[in-house]
Amino acid sequence: MERNPLRRQLQIMRKSLFDQGYLDEQFVQLEELQDDSNPNFVEEVVTLYYRDSARLILNLEQALERKPYNFNKLDAYMHQFKGSSSSIGAKKVKAESTLFREYCKSGNGEGCMRCFQQLKKEYATLRKKLEAYFQLARQAGPMETACRPK
Amino acid sequence: MVVETGFSSPRTDAFPAGLRVLVVDDDPTWLKILEKMLKKCCYEVTTCCLAREALNLLRQRKDGYDIVISDVNMPDMDGFKLLEHVGLEMDLPVIMMSVDGETRRVMKGVQHGACDYLLKPIRMKELRNIWQHVFRKKIHEVRDIESLEGIESIHMTRSGSELFDDEHFLGGEDTTSGRKRKDVDNKRDDKDLGDPSSTKKARVVWTVDLHQKFVKAVNQIGYDKVGPKKILDLMNVPWLTRENVASHLQKYRLYLSRLQKEGDIKTSFMGMKHSDPSSKDSTAGSGLHNSMDLTQDNVSNGSFSFSVNHTLAPSVDLKGHEGDRKGITSGPMTELKGPFSIDITDPRKVKSSKISLDHSLGSVDPNFASFGSTDTRRYSWNEIPEIRFKQEYEPLELENGFSQLPLPVLQHHMLTEYPQPAASVSPGPSITEKEATGSGFEVKPMYDEYRSNHVKHSNLGESHSVNNQVFKPISATTSSMTSQETIPNHLTESEFSPKNMYEGVGIEDLQLCWLQGDYYAMNFGVQGLDCTEYNHPAIISETPFHLYDAPKFEHEHPFDPTDQGLFA
Repeated sequence: MERNPLRRQLQIMRKSLFDQGYLDEQFVQLEELQDDSNPNFVEEVVTLYYRDSARLILNLEQALERKPYNFNKLDAYMHQFKGSSSSIGAKKVKAESTLFREYCKSGNGEGCMRCFQQLKKEYATLRKKLEAYFQLARQAGPMETACRPK
Repeated sequence: MVVETGFSSPRTDAFPAGLRVLVVDDDPTWLKILEKMLKKCCYEVTTCCLAREALNLLRQRKDGYDIVISDVNMPDMDGFKLLEHVGLEMDLPVIMMSVDGETRRVMKGVQHGACDYLLKPIRMKELRNIWQHVFRKKIHEVRDIESLEGIESIHMTRSGSELFDDEHFLGGEDTTSGRKRKDVDNKRDDKDLGDPSSTKKARVVWTVDLHQKFVKAVNQIGYDKVGPKKILDLMNVPWLTRENVASHLQKYRLYLSRLQKEGDIKTSFMGMKHSDPSSKDSTAGSGLHNSMDLTQDNVSNGSFSFSVNHTLAPSVDLKGHEGDRKGITSGPMTELKGPFSIDITDPRKVKSSKISLDHSLGSVDPNFASFGSTDTRRYSWNEIPEIRFKQEYEPLELENGFSQLPLPVLQHHMLTEYPQPAASVSPGPSITEKEATGSGFEVKPMYDEYRSNHVKHSNLGESHSVNNQVFKPISATTSSMTSQETIPNHLTESEFSPKNMYEGVGIEDLQLCWLQGDYYAMNFGVQGLDCTEYNHPAIISETPFHLYDAPKFEHEHPFDPTDQGLFA
């Protein structure tokens, strides 16, 4: 058990992200890739993801503003988004993406719209959680060497 | 996307460590992850976010990579197309990736030649094993494999590998005869190749001329009835083996079928596809015109190019894409049947296919000319008795229709002289100016330009615009260039290939493909036009023998320099 309280807190936070289904195995893969030559690899990747996927979200939003819906286009955008989300192991976001694509295939515009709203929520929630996680990780890191006043 | 190069010496003793991987994915997040994963496997990684850029890289360094991993969905080019290109031109193992694991898609990937299909999210353990595809390909090669320090044992398995050849390359026909022939061929190949364990890759380079023969044979036999043996017999190329033809036919079929699909809309052009070579000169011209109207690049181009190719020296594959530097075109030109008088004063100056263009297309050049030739190559081979570079630079006469057609084939890169062309003309890097590359798509520009006239730009919406711009300058410059001085028409088919090929010029693309490889071969005579290989100006004086992996024939060069009518 981690002695350092911050580290312990970090562990708990991490575990809950998995338990609550926000992240999947892919995230662990990223963690395993992190090493001395890339000590902040995971955070870098997540940052890159959020930066790049913002563009995709925008595309989707714009496409959803045009009626009637171009389901092929929507599906294509979402396919891209899903692929991207799979890179960091964003489990819930990915699930919503899959659902969205199902709606596209069946031509359910209403479903698409609802799904998209939900997806954006999950997307934003995950971002907040990960930001908090990385912040804590940064704090916990140096704490190992320094003494933290109780 | 930043391309990280890892060009180091191929395979070391530590194989599979040091495996040179090219990763192509438009998703930057995945690109970063894959890069890291592959590095952890001790592979040498080069990343790329655009398919065109990837093709350029591959063309620049034919032997610079061992394996390609590419995503299926990419904005500038369909992953399957890239797959085909790589298979045709470089014959490297390609692994496809996608978040979509639908059976249909996976099947399509395999059909197009992917040696594996990975589903995202990709685990590291899946990447660790990719070296097996490289290894497998090596031992299945008909010819000698490049000597790799770590693969000495492969030589021992060579005899065993012969058994695979047939299965590997068989197009489905002539199984039994093929087998027999295979043995004979193999023996012959061995002899021809001389020392099997030579360090050079004994791969057949499908030069423009060779491909032309191939296409001609196919047409003569009738596409429906072709078989590697029949084709081989008709082609009458002594050093060519049935396997060579079989594998080439396989690729060709794929190519055509893709064109077919694209051409469904433009059925009219489809007819042109298999037009007889006889229609070459005149038809070519007219054909082109027809196609022109159709414009829609893909189909029309595809079909058109095909026919054109037959007639014209399709082989113009001036690979020059890379090098474009000039000079490349001259090589193939000589090959053409007609008595071209390509004056290659400066090897660098690529005499774009103009020659051919003039002939076949009449005034096709305009477009071609500017770029260097893509067009010319196509047509000219057969017909054009002489290379008129000047004409090439004629401002788009053909514009519409034609421009598209010939383009795919040869893309002459305008040498540095034309700043723009480079961008548009050559797929990318090859052109001296890498401006084009910046845009991300190289080849297309030419076509787009033409096409745009009436064709919608299939691929690059933006690229088209780019091309347009590019084009203009070229024309202007070209005219000045026409003089003997330099005809920076690089046939950078490679560059164009991505676009051309798929855009509709199916056949042309093939041509390009072949050309690329062939070009080098051809350049022998011409001298180092192989721009494609090197980015520097064509090495005119030196024939890039080593450039292509042509089989080493002791007695003769596959490319028959004499045919080439070396410009030299």
